[in-house]
Amino acid sequence: MFMEYDPAVYSRILTGLTLGFHIIFATIGVGIPLMIALAEWMGIRKNDPHYRLLARRWARGFVVTVAVGVVTGTAIGLQLSLLWPNFMQLAGQTISLPLFMEVFAFFFEAIFLGIYLYTWDRFKSRMKHFLLIIPVVIGASFSAFFITTVNSFMNAPQGFELVNGVITDIDPIAAMFNPATPTKTAHVIITCYLTSAFVLGMIGAFKILKGDRHVYHKKALHLTMMSAFVFSIATVVIGDLSGKYLAEYQPEKLAAAEWHFETEEEAPLVLGGYLENDGEIKYAMEIPYALSILAHGTPGAEVIGLDQFPDEDTPPLIVHYFFDGMVFIGMYLAFVSMIYLLLSWKKQQLMHSKVLLWSIVAGGPLSILAIELGWVFAEIGRQPWILYGIMRTPEGATTSDHVDAMLYLFIGLYAILGLSCSIVLKKMFNNNPAAHELEQRGVEDRGERT
Amino acid sequence: MSYEIIGISVLWFFLYGYLIVASVDFGAGFFHFYNKVSHKNYQVNKLIQRYLSPVWEVTNVFLVFFFVGIIGFFPDTAYYYGTALLVPGSISIVLIAIRGSYYAFNTYGSKDSKIYSFLYGMSGLLIPASFTIVLTISEGSYLDISNGNVTLMLGELLTSGYSWSVVFLAIVSVLFISASFLTYYAYKAGDAASYWLFRRYTLFWSIPTILASVLIFFAIRHHNPEHFSSMLDISWMFILSLLFFLAAMFFIYKKRHLGTAFILVMLQFFSAWFGYGASHLPYLLYPHLTIYDGFVNETMAIALIMAFFAGLLLLIPSLYLLMRLFLFDADYIQGNK
Repeated sequence: MFMEYDPAVYSRILTGLTLGFHIIFATIGVGIPLMIALAEWMGIRKNDPHYRLLARRWARGFVVTVAVGVVTGTAIGLQLSLLWPNFMQLAGQTISLPLFMEVFAFFFEAIFLGIYLYTWDRFKSRMKHFLLIIPVVIGASFSAFFITTVNSFMNAPQGFELVNGVITDIDPIAAMFNPATPTKTAHVIITCYLTSAFVLGMIGAFKILKGDRHVYHKKALHLTMMSAFVFSIATVVIGDLSGKYLAEYQPEKLAAAEWHFETEEEAPLVLGGYLENDGEIKYAMEIPYALSILAHGTPGAEVIGLDQFPDEDTPPLIVHYFFDGMVFIGMYLAFVSMIYLLLSWKKQQLMHSKVLLWSIVAGGPLSILAIELGWVFAEIGRQPWILYGIMRTPEGATTSDHVDAMLYLFIGLYAILGLSCSIVLKKMFNNNPAAHELEQRGVEDRGERT
Repeated sequence: MSYEIIGISVLWFFLYGYLIVASVDFGAGFFHFYNKVSHKNYQVNKLIQRYLSPVWEVTNVFLVFFFVGIIGFFPDTAYYYGTALLVPGSISIVLIAIRGSYYAFNTYGSKDSKIYSFLYGMSGLLIPASFTIVLTISEGSYLDISNGNVTLMLGELLTSGYSWSVVFLAIVSVLFISASFLTYYAYKAGDAASYWLFRRYTLFWSIPTILASVLIFFAIRHHNPEHFSSMLDISWMFILSLLFFLAAMFFIYKKRHLGTAFILVMLQFFSAWFGYGASHLPYLLYPHLTIYDGFVNETMAIALIMAFFAGLLLLIPSLYLLMRLFLFDADYIQGNK
């Protein structure tokens, strides 16, 4: 291979690969149950079979993605101990509680998802069936919450004393509700909702673009874009709070993300750009005061720069690109869903214009890309630490000789799983279009085609 | 009772839960594939799918529960097992991933595929075999622990009679447990053809299961005499296990009380499993790691046990609902719902 064998490096790549693959499925796994619940709820409230079919079809596609989410989640769960045994030996003392509770939340979700999927026509009361998706939504969001508290702990470890390398005096609640927990969990959960809304909105928009003018797709688009707008506003607010969190607790992460080299007041925000080898920033846009506002809420505030930290404690400067990519996409999603909403309110003849529909279609993959970028930023941004301020990443890694071979094994596995999953999903819906299923179910066509 | 004992008992109990539900699941996957290629009685496969579909996710959680729990209660296991098991553990992950995904692709996708069925049927049989490595190395003398480094002696493991007899027991037990459950399930569903088929499978797989159990009993004597002598101290548990087995076979042979027969099979494995586990104590990894030297701090242990009971309060009613709606609802089993 092109690099020397170093188990820590390969462990990082393999963990990154597994998580990078897993979060695609995990994100929609957290968000889609909420969207299904919304659709079914609308179906019952408005007594509209289109919404109910929407819930049904989303649920059907959802199970296939859940399967991949479950197995890759199992993979990362095991890999934590296989690839980072020294880290788990130390941190296992404190993170096992949230890990344990995450499994409970997921257990709860799994039981009710099984029931929900197989009881569509079983109860006389539609409400009864709707109630079954509620525990799925709760379980999904809570498992995201608990697992994110583990990650928060790695960023802001607390709730224990470290005496001669041994963790003592443990307070599990303090460890779980560390300073990073509120912003991290809120940001993760809300962006899961946002991404899921856009991924589902993409399907509706794509169908309409392909000439399927069925009202079913229009209703799907409307529901998803309305939700996406609400979620994107919440995302922006929480994103701002996350910036303030970083400024206070992990200033070097924020400084690296913003290429903010020198501590100063009235700090400008660097957007985009390119960093030359000599440390010159080229082609960037600078917004005066914006970083001070982002970090502390006032334009005159002092923002700590990278000059305050020794080199071996600072994250790589590449995180700037990830951070900016995430922010740009977040803004884009908010903008597109807002335009859709405005048009549907004031200028209905334009709401299905080609440009807007294509922008929504692009929003699907872009939102997933933003999830990846944001996650890579958060993870690489806390390098060189695996436990911030306590354990450096290489100290936590395995010493085994075969991590490289395992990396290739998993690259193969994820390639095959990803490919099969997309083939199966594609076939599932192409072989059975919505209009066909509506007819089959005896839902009358009440002349709503336009 | 000390927290260590509570902790390991809880985990052992969950692993037992996994052993039963996963065996039913894995065995059914294999039978599904086997019946498909031998064109036997397509109705059987529909029956298998009706049982499995609502529960496959739940099965997986039992496993995750165990390995998260063991790191929680005994963080030192992460160091020993984590380092040693990188390769076999990764292979298990790959098998689990193939099994779970292709099961879902085959069941929920637009059409039933022979390749997908093969993938999840065969991987299901290999998963238990790959897991047994953990049990095998816990008996000691397969790990090289020196210079602060843990290495698995793969050569020793692959040439050891003991490790192969555990693999053999795992595979035949899966088929046996699964067949005995499906015998009962088919009977409840009023599906005579499936019932006869699974009854035959059960009787057939009972023989290697019991032979392998006896074989292992003596293989341990050779491999780890200390463990063997503590097994003899609680030999009543293994004798009880044998009695449960004989009673279960009697009922299935006589075509009577099939539900009870399956419960007896569960008890057979329960007593053997706990007998094996109890006699293995206090070692988690013989002779390097006991439950006492690798235990989590006390605050965390209490928190984990509390979380565990709170979780059970949530799970037991939910599992009861799941069973009521699917496993024990005659109309559902018969395909009317």
